[in-house]
Amino acid sequence: MELDPLLLSRIQFAFVVSFHAIFPVFTIGLASFIATLEALAFKTENPAWERLSAFWTKVFAVVFGMGVVSGIVMSFQFGTNWSNFSQATANFMGPVLSYEVVTAFFLEAAFLGVLLFGRDKVPPGVHLFAAMMVALGTFISSFWILSANSWMQTPAGVELRDGVFHVVSWSAALFNPSFGWRFLHMGLASFLTGGFVVAGVSAWYLLRGREVEANRKALSISLWLLLIIAPLQAVIGDFHGLNTLEHQPVKVAAMEGNWETGTNVPLLLFALPDQANQTNHLEVGIPGLASLILAHDFDGEVPGLDQAPAAEQPPVAVVFWAFRIMVGLGFLMIGFALAGLLLRPGGRFATTNWFLQGLRLMSLTPFLAVLAGWFVTEVGRAPWLVYGMMTQAEGLTPSLTGGMALFTLIGYMVVYALVFSAGVYYLMRVLHDGLEARDDTHDSDRPKRPLSAAHVPFEYNEDVVRQGGY
Amino acid sequence: MELFDLALIWAFIIGFGVIMYVLMDGFDLGVGILFPFAPDEESRDVMMNSVAPVWDGNETWLVLGGAGLLAAFPLVYSILLPALYIGVFLMLAGLIFRGVAFEFRFKANTSRYLWNWAFAGGSTVAAFAQGVVVGAYIQGFETANRVYTGGALDWLTPFTVLTGLGLLAGYALLGATWLVLKTEDDLQRWARRLVIPLLVAVLVVFAIISIWTPFVDPFVRDRWFDHLSLIWVFPALGLICAYVIFRAVRNNRDGMPFVATMGLFIFTYLGLIVSKWPYVVPPEYTIWDASSAYGSQLFLLLGLLFVIPVVLGYTAWTYWVFRGKVRAGEGYH
Ligand code: HDD
Ligand code: HEM
Ligand code: HEM
Repeated sequence: MELDPLLLSRIQFAFVVSFHAIFPVFTIGLASFIATLEALAFKTENPAWERLSAFWTKVFAVVFGMGVVSGIVMSFQFGTNWSNFSQATANFMGPVLSYEVVTAFFLEAAFLGVLLFGRDKVPPGVHLFAAMMVALGTFISSFWILSANSWMQTPAGVELRDGVFHVVSWSAALFNPSFGWRFLHMGLASFLTGGFVVAGVSAWYLLRGREVEANRKALSISLWLLLIIAPLQAVIGDFHGLNTLEHQPVKVAAMEGNWETGTNVPLLLFALPDQANQTNHLEVGIPGLASLILAHDFDGEVPGLDQAPAAEQPPVAVVFWAFRIMVGLGFLMIGFALAGLLLRPGGRFATTNWFLQGLRLMSLTPFLAVLAGWFVTEVGRAPWLVYGMMTQAEGLTPSLTGGMALFTLIGYMVVYALVFSAGVYYLMRVLHDGLEARDDTHDSDRPKRPLSAAHVPFEYNEDVVRQGGY
Repeated sequence: MELFDLALIWAFIIGFGVIMYVLMDGFDLGVGILFPFAPDEESRDVMMNSVAPVWDGNETWLVLGGAGLLAAFPLVYSILLPALYIGVFLMLAGLIFRGVAFEFRFKANTSRYLWNWAFAGGSTVAAFAQGVVVGAYIQGFETANRVYTGGALDWLTPFTVLTGLGLLAGYALLGATWLVLKTEDDLQRWARRLVIPLLVAVLVVFAIISIWTPFVDPFVRDRWFDHLSLIWVFPALGLICAYVIFRAVRNNRDGMPFVATMGLFIFTYLGLIVSKWPYVVPPEYTIWDASSAYGSQLFLLLGLLFVIPVVLGYTAWTYWVFRGKVRAGEGYH
């Protein structure tokens, strides 16, 4: 069988970027959380805030470190596998990615050192400032990279001359039609991720009766946060979808699993899309609801996949199901946020067993929802790389053979599997040790390196395991 | 409307970024290369601590190099990366292992030796791969219509293996002189003993490369032997640096060997640039062929003028916060 370099490059890109994506969404949310804790510690001088901040900073350091190494891989992916795309889009993508490095990456790297190891070396105010700069850096970073990505979804401000994009309006290109909604939606997704992880970990500590006072505080503020942003995410998501309907109607048709343009279209809860026959099997739906959501009228017209020739349709089943996973998890999150509110009286949110158990599991859902969301966005764009202007096949590196692509794909899988299972293992170790972990080394004499903020031995300690510590 | 020759300005900026990266990541990769030969485990702790606070900032220059090339000279980015496809993968894999080894080694007990190997192996592979890139660049690339048309392993030839080994020795020399600067006692004595042999190795490889290159590339031969006798100043200065290193080691100086080694790198680098100038994708494309649109180069340049001084400012400030010397039994000071 011929190895297809296009397919393999797509799998490789999806693999490395998905891998990278799970770290930033977490660090963006967590960075802001830590900055908040630092601010509370600075103002109230309640030691609980500082202990929480010190603990979550350890977690942050590990995740951030893995974000950095996987990110370095990303910055070379465009050139190695998508060299035609790089050459064609460099006039826009090049400056945007460079600005990301100089405005965000250097900022994060420099102040991270002070945040992690400078507590005793700089005045408290400066330490707080460093925490805020790191959080700011993560947002500046998402601004640029999401602008780049949104531009590929809804290109604007450019002209295609001799196969090369030339920027005619920087503001139109940077603030392209889908950028605003995507930035908001992704920002909220990051907060949801940070919020649910903090809530889940705190819940788990509470179930074991560890450090009750501090963890209860952490759970409480994260539940308040989630109560606001979980419903807000659904609202923003709805606007995001309406915007997509305007600019990428075929993608929305795939999300809805709707093959024919028509009125009074049902909202499908279940279906098995069949691309070959351009139809669904085993449909279960609510009549007219899709029309109501998308056109705000039961008899509103909703575009179908028939608007694009079969060759220009995305893989419908992936988009359809990924969308349902994201939205389903989104409503589950709203449910837990509301339950948290109902359990407020008497502080039962911190004692109710089923709720805490549920939160433990919920800490994984934001990662799933984020990946599902990106699959909707990215797979739904297929076969286009720059929507309506350049296809994935046109962007591929011409000299790339299937063998080369397979070699690196397997290579990345092996490297990531090794390195990241070690990382996750280590992260678990930090979580198991919890807030109680004694700080035997002074921050001040530790090097300015991301992961080493967490002074925990790498292996599980046998004795402790035997005592049932873990 | 094209008031300035932006391609020239950008060539200068990218050239500066590359040598910054080589010097800065060079010494910490060098420490990794020397790692397995260290006298004992305690010395390894000190060696790692000596570079720990700076390595990841150093690597950000590599990211800037990649993104900057895409922005200013997209043709270089889109030809070199496909041409070096497998090599780039090996380099990235090396950098990943080495990056996490930094972090995990200190927490490891029984698995510590694994992280030692990850650190040394990752550094060695990354350094070798970068040296191969230099060789491949001297060799030139097979292109047609602005895309790479050569094979997957064209970059791997006896010549590039030699340049790979040359850079390996060069980074090791940077690493050794760095350790002479930052450490004391036994470790420093050990590092000092390494300097002369490594220097000799570097000079031998450089000599072979200098003799070989004019045969590989007639363009380079003309450049050096037909016109421009002025450029011989670079190898001359390089040799002076080598002599300074030699003297400084003999006289037990701490800082001078490192400074002179950086000088050796800089003059070699300038010599390489003048050999090829103005070609950035030899043998076909010059910096002007490879440039992105004028407006794009300008858009980024204007921002950089404001942002880079700020970046350098707060980076210097954090270095200052963490200034000091490295000793056994303690973390970085
Ligand atoms: C919405 C957020 C987001 C998204 C979609 C991406 N990234 Fe990212 N990236 C970040 C947010 C981020 C971050 C939060 O800023 C990170 C995470 C950890 C870190 O160091 O910064 C980061 C790190 C990071 C680094 C390492 C920076 C360093 O050396 O400090 C690079 C080179 C990239 N990314 C490049 C990319 C590329 C090429 C992407 C797309 C294909 C991408 N990122 C998607
Ligand atoms: C960070 C979260 C992201 C995730 C999880 C993600 C996921 C994916 C997936 C699953 C594909 C494969 C689609 C397919 O082949 O059918 C893809 C394609 C692609 N994405 Fe993203 N993406 C993310 C962000 C970005 C960003 C920020 C950019 C650009 C700035 C980008 C650029 C691309 C490109 C160039 C492709 C084409 C290669 C391909 O089709 O496989 N992605 N992405
Ligand atoms: C609850 C209702 C939600 C709705 C109606 C919704 C809607 C959407 C839509 C329509 C898209 C695709 C936009 C496009 O491709 O142009 C999208 C993408 C995405 N969603 Fe959601 N979403 C919801 C919940 C969530 C949740 C809970 C998360 C994560 C915590 C999430 C994370 C994402 C991400 C990361 C993307 C890809 C990036 C982007 O295009 O913005 N979504 N969402």
